[in-house]
Amino acid sequence: MAPIVLDGIRKVYPGKPPVVALESLDLTIDDGELVAFVGPSGCGKSTVLRCVAGLEKLSAGRVVIGGREVQELPPGRRDIAMVFQTYALYPHLTVYKNLAFPLKERHVPRERLDSDVRRVAEMLELTPLLRRRPAQLSGGQRQRVAMGRALVREPVAFLLDEPLSNLDAKLRTQMRTEIAAIHRRLGITTIYVTHDQVEAMTLGDRIVVMRDGRLQQVGTPAQVYENPSNLFVAGFLGTPTMNRIVGHTSHGVVTAGSLRLAVPGAPDGESVLGIRPESLRMEDTHAGWPSFEVAVSHVEALGNENLVHARVAGRPAQLDLDSASALAEDTVVFRAPPKVRPETGGTVRVQLDPSQLLLFDRPTGERIRLLGPATVIDSTEIIH
Amino acid sequence: MAHPALVPPVLVDPLPEYEDSVGPRRRRPSAWHLLLLPLSLVMLTPLAWMVVTAVSTVQESRQFPPRLPSSIQWSNFVAVWTTAPFGRWLINTAVVSAIVVASNLVFCSLAGYAFARLRFRGSGLAFMLLLATLMVPFQVVLIPTLLIVKSFGLIDHLGALIVPNLVTAFGVFMMRQFFLALPPELEEAGRMDGASRAGVFLKIVTPLMGPALATLAILTFLSIWNDFLWPLVAIQSPENMTMQLGLSTFQGSHLTDWPLLMAATLMSQLPVILLFLAGQRMFVRSIASSGIK
Repeated sequence: MAPIVLDGIRKVYPGKPPVVALESLDLTIDDGELVAFVGPSGCGKSTVLRCVAGLEKLSAGRVVIGGREVQELPPGRRDIAMVFQTYALYPHLTVYKNLAFPLKERHVPRERLDSDVRRVAEMLELTPLLRRRPAQLSGGQRQRVAMGRALVREPVAFLLDEPLSNLDAKLRTQMRTEIAAIHRRLGITTIYVTHDQVEAMTLGDRIVVMRDGRLQQVGTPAQVYENPSNLFVAGFLGTPTMNRIVGHTSHGVVTAGSLRLAVPGAPDGESVLGIRPESLRMEDTHAGWPSFEVAVSHVEALGNENLVHARVAGRPAQLDLDSASALAEDTVVFRAPPKVRPETGGTVRVQLDPSQLLLFDRPTGERIRLLGPATVIDSTEIIH
Repeated sequence: MAHPALVPPVLVDPLPEYEDSVGPRRRRPSAWHLLLLPLSLVMLTPLAWMVVTAVSTVQESRQFPPRLPSSIQWSNFVAVWTTAPFGRWLINTAVVSAIVVASNLVFCSLAGYAFARLRFRGSGLAFMLLLATLMVPFQVVLIPTLLIVKSFGLIDHLGALIVPNLVTAFGVFMMRQFFLALPPELEEAGRMDGASRAGVFLKIVTPLMGPALATLAILTFLSIWNDFLWPLVAIQSPENMTMQLGLSTFQGSHLTDWPLLMAATLMSQLPVILLFLAGQRMFVRSIASSGIK
């Protein structure tokens, strides 16, 4: 077990023009910590993993694992193990031989090899499968063999590259729990790469959000969710995604359609209001919370709740949405109790928790830090 | 550093359905068979004619249309062995084929792996040049090859048939395509597990090359076993001839002993037919995958 330090790592693939996959990334992963890298396809999260593993040569920077610089070492000498998205089990070898392979390569004595393999197989409930080949295993079993092959040689760090993405939803949830249990028990420093925000939020001690080879934000799942540093992070995390409403700020007041709020410390200009679905309530009971009407366009009944998609009433119809942040939208999504199902096409009144409102600069997408919580200017003005 | 024991995960995976537990599909007659059956008869006719001629007398072999012989002339097969050094030709061909097949399996897989996986300066250009040689007919390089082989002192020697074929551009190309289709994660996993590049090639890649190697072996064997033009140029002495070259000696300028020639041809084709029957599936796949026949 060891901390991992990424010191200004940069990866550029040669070509015309060269492709910058990673742009000078600095990060320290503490001993025993599980850090989840999350981001859309092509954001560079797998490249980070491959650079740490030694499967990609760095263009610049250092990788330090357990106080030892490893960027010049071959993958096998970094004392780390990796689980691949495709599991990469050796198809010609039985489960036993797959588990034994890393030990054999390290010339572990036969008796110890056998006991280590059987211990890991027992741990992961693979003992009845030891004589099977990978083609004779289900997806979940293959995943466990891949985990076992990484565990068996007791590495100082784990690298997991989208290990659950090939599993169905039910099995994915089960394996997620299992990976969390393994990490809790063994406490091995782990880098977990995923494009699934749920995996990142539930597994990561900290999560790292990446975009276009750049680190967008690092923090605990709660920090990143509640205090996103920019519109990209705000939009990437959370299901349903954060509501983004285009507004205009002038003299500390943001106006978006019928909505007017005092936003202390906000500079003048085009802005985007970020409102989590749970910050909108289909009630009218909170005094001092602004309420406004929305036109219901679609309702998704999920059984335990209804997701209501609606358009903000009173919005200027000709607002130019394309000129700045493409993320900005003029529809909102909010949750409704399962027995409350508004009519499609009808209008409903929703209330907004102003203390949960986030404000972003529209041209740059960066978060605008307010000097205090947003408050309603005049609730009578905004109620139709 | 020993890890503490884990709580056994509460997981019950359904048993997978094994591919090999599903029996072979029974093929039903289709409309295609109406076309394929007559075509296969057309393809089989020369073979049948060869067999009939091989057991006929010289007079019977000259009848047209061919007819079944009045009695089976097994003596034709004996005569092949007594009137010509047929055994020697068989051994020569087997030796040349075995060495060429073995060397192609080794060198083509190594070169193919290098082209598929190693990034080195000029690899793209080198591969293009290699591909370009596939487009040059052998007749064009016949004389230069002969001059090179002559400079090695290998004319009229089995080495003349072996050395130019030790590695082929087609074999390298075919193996490269195979390696490109092999998931690179397998090799990366091997490197993560501590294997060297050579170790990865020997312990992970080589065991997976079976189908590709079998395909290459079949195609190389067929091409060497049936080669006529190059042995005709490079070999003069009857004791150094290969089968196909030796068979041509049964043909005279004025008279050809067709039963003897067909009996010899039939025997020469037996290894090929046996190989085909043994690796029929592989053979068909090789044609499908390589785009050649």
